Amino acid sequence: MIKAILIFNNHGKPRLSKFYEHYSEDTEQQIIRETFHLVSKRDENVCNFLEGGMLIGGSDNKLIYRHYATLYFVFCVDSSESELGILDLIQVFVETLDKCFENVCELDLIFHVDKVHNILAEMVMGGMVLETNMNEIITQVDAQNKMEKSEVRIFDHENSQSPSYI
Amino acid sequence: MPAPIRLRELIRTIRTARTQAEEREMIQKECAAIRSSFREEDNTYRCRNVAKLLYMHMLGYPAHFGQLECLKLIASQKFTDKRIGYLGAMLLLDERQDVHLLMTNCIKNDLNHSTQYVQGLALCTLGCMGSSEMCRDLAGEVEKLLKTSNSYLRKKAALCAVHVIRKVPELMEMFLPATKNLLSEKNHGVLHTSVVLLTEMCERSPDMLSHFRKLVPQLVRILKNLIMSGYSPEHDVSGISDPFLQVRILRLLRILGRSDDDSSEAMNDILAQVATNTETSKNVGNAILYETVLTIMDIKSESGLRVLAINILGRFLLNNDKNIRYVALTSLLKTVQTDHNAVQRHRSTIVDCLKDLDVSIKRRAMELSFALVNGNNIRGMMKELLYFLDSCDPEFKADCASGVFLAAEKYAPSKRWHIDTIMRVLTTAGSYVRDDSVPNLIQLITNSVEMHAYTVQRLYKALLDDISQQPLVQVSSWCIGEYGDLLVSGQCEEEEPIQDEVLDVLEGLLVSNLSTPVTRGYALTAIMKLSTRFSSVNRIKKVVSIYGSSIDVELQQRAVEYNALFKKYDHMRPALLERMPIMEKTATNGPTEIVQTNGETEPSVLDTKHPPPVTQPANQVRTLKQFWYLHSVLCCCSDPVSPWTFQLQLLSPSSNVVPALNQGTVTQVIRVLNPQKQQLRMRIKLTYTHKGSPVQDLAEVNNFPPQSWQ
Repeated sequence: MIKAILIFNNHGKPRLSKFYEHYSEDTEQQIIRETFHLVSKRDENVCNFLEGGMLIGGSDNKLIYRHYATLYFVFCVDSSESELGILDLIQVFVETLDKCFENVCELDLIFHVDKVHNILAEMVMGGMVLETNMNEIITQVDAQNKMEKSEVRIFDHENSQSPSYI
Repeated sequence: MPAPIRLRELIRTIRTARTQAEEREMIQKECAAIRSSFREEDNTYRCRNVAKLLYMHMLGYPAHFGQLECLKLIASQKFTDKRIGYLGAMLLLDERQDVHLLMTNCIKNDLNHSTQYVQGLALCTLGCMGSSEMCRDLAGEVEKLLKTSNSYLRKKAALCAVHVIRKVPELMEMFLPATKNLLSEKNHGVLHTSVVLLTEMCERSPDMLSHFRKLVPQLVRILKNLIMSGYSPEHDVSGISDPFLQVRILRLLRILGRSDDDSSEAMNDILAQVATNTETSKNVGNAILYETVLTIMDIKSESGLRVLAINILGRFLLNNDKNIRYVALTSLLKTVQTDHNAVQRHRSTIVDCLKDLDVSIKRRAMELSFALVNGNNIRGMMKELLYFLDSCDPEFKADCASGVFLAAEKYAPSKRWHIDTIMRVLTTAGSYVRDDSVPNLIQLITNSVEMHAYTVQRLYKALLDDISQQPLVQVSSWCIGEYGDLLVSGQCEEEEPIQDEVLDVLEGLLVSNLSTPVTRGYALTAIMKLSTRFSSVNRIKKVVSIYGSSIDVELQQRAVEYNALFKKYDHMRPALLERMPIMEKTATNGPTEIVQTNGETEPSVLDTKHPPPVTQPANQVRTLKQFWYLHSVLCCCSDPVSPWTFQLQLLSPSSNVVPALNQGTVTQVIRVLNPQKQQLRMRIKLTYTHKGSPVQDLAEVNNFPPQSWQ
């Protein structure tokens, strides 16, 4: 089971945080900070697996991470997940984001956090992997976005590029 | 009221903040605006406000006042509202808030909605944060959706069912009929989640496990199709067809075949096929191989297959990719108990991994190396491990040192080798060894009688080089105290020190800032012991008297007692400071455990000459104290005016162990010098533990025959 999915940048600022187990708000922030500390210390050419920090369950849980340019993608999993499989999952996730946002960069994730959540919801549900086929995920996300757009009746003149309530 | 600002405006504004305080101010302002907007029950822009709230929540600011708003959004008819509302529910709510139960009805309605995406949202939320009550109420709906033909909904329903089962295990039976034709689906998403569901059910219930064993042929067939199917663009990841599904099926096969011969038999072929045909140049292939290896090791596979698996792991160890090496080491650690010989073949590769730069790999290689040490390879392995101890990070040193000690104890080819190894550890990682290693080491040295001279000489030399590592210093000073006569007597192989040099070194320990109080205690006692082994008694007397006024209470007490030993009890000094006898390991006296030598509590008469198993020189002082206690006990029975009418000499008891059930006795001779012919009376106090609780027994002997004291 995946316990948490975190995306933060090289300075530790969270860009996405999704927990599949309940923690209090304070603990969540502490976990993000602790994970950042553990992951940022790692050299570039060491393996991508770490024991989890104390807050997230210690050595029973592992942190599997990938570093892309300015962002760290960290999946915190327990022993029932295959480490190499999760590495592939991170890759699929990033490729999906890339397809959805056209050459995704950190700014995309910053300004469209809700969309990233929607994409993630089509891939991982309740801590378990739901769908890994990139095209399938994108099709569904696009269909739902279309539904949202069709509901917008007020046309915002300043933002005629992207009609949306949000 | 103007329309609330858009999410991206907010984000843009927050990003211009240059300090934390500025950011906090902006967020507080926006929160206030959002709150008033909520109060006005603004339906149009509620979703916008909640989206902004969720963003602020991610940054770490409190957002609980938006919880009810999320519920209102979920109840709305608009898809946009529902989407943000459900997301907010997943991020802000959980079963600890009572508010979440209000969602149940909304979710129920949405599970039956006409639009599949709304149904999907409801399933997703239920599957993420549904409480047991919610799951109980809505399990029926989920079960219905598990049987639908819509693959989008079916896969979500499967994972939702997993969550329901985790929360309310009794409901597992309910989903059984729906699982009947899950595996005949073509859609990979549904297949994947169905396998997850089946895995969960099998892990939770042995009945389910036996029930689903009949699916093994079907699973094997699906796996075969995946491997043989050739290129299919939709499921392809780096040239392999749906590796995620392959890995999942392999895991389920592992669980199904675990203790079952027939299932394992049915899987053998496909496992061999996967193991040999998978492309290993990319991570994907290795992920599948890794899972295959784990499955082979776990089920009752034939031995050829097991050897194949371990060889795959051995190949992984040589891979350039660190991740692959890591998982290989982890798996080998799991299998080393059962397939020891096969893993031994890869020993040299594993030992090479000790030199890797990656900390995680080093740790695993170290653990695996210790598991592989046996009588045959002890010398070679120990060389590598000691080299590793020299150069590794401090976080490893304690574990490595303990491991070396354990391995040396079990497999040492000779006593000299053993002592050399221990010395090497103490000199290279002396400050990291565990506390109990000092007494263990002292015991080992005491018991290797023929090595005393060699040991004390080497320890003395080590002490000359470096006095900063406390365990080493403690062991050395103890040995010098015990065997100092051997050190200066010409038995050593090299140039021997003279007595004054040795005393210089020990006194140096006493004054050095590097020595801890415990070490100082060791040094003082060692100096004292040398008073019976060396000739420079006056110098020792002087040192001891100086420390009689030390600030450290423990040192002061020792010095005062030793002083007393010089002054009033000089005749007892040789006997008291005699060589320590050979010690038994922890005094486990068999099934009855009546006499347990524990000098920590009240002294027992039988114990005075035999120090308790936890051998620290501190107990030598206790031995002295015990002696005096006995002495005063005896004397107080006699003439109160002149208490010191007796002189006693206690000889060793005939044995350390009192046999159980009256099968034997222990005798101890006490020589009494009774110049004034006073009546002898003896009081005996026995303390022991019986079944874990301390017991005390007092007895008095008054009926010594008159001839013995007259």
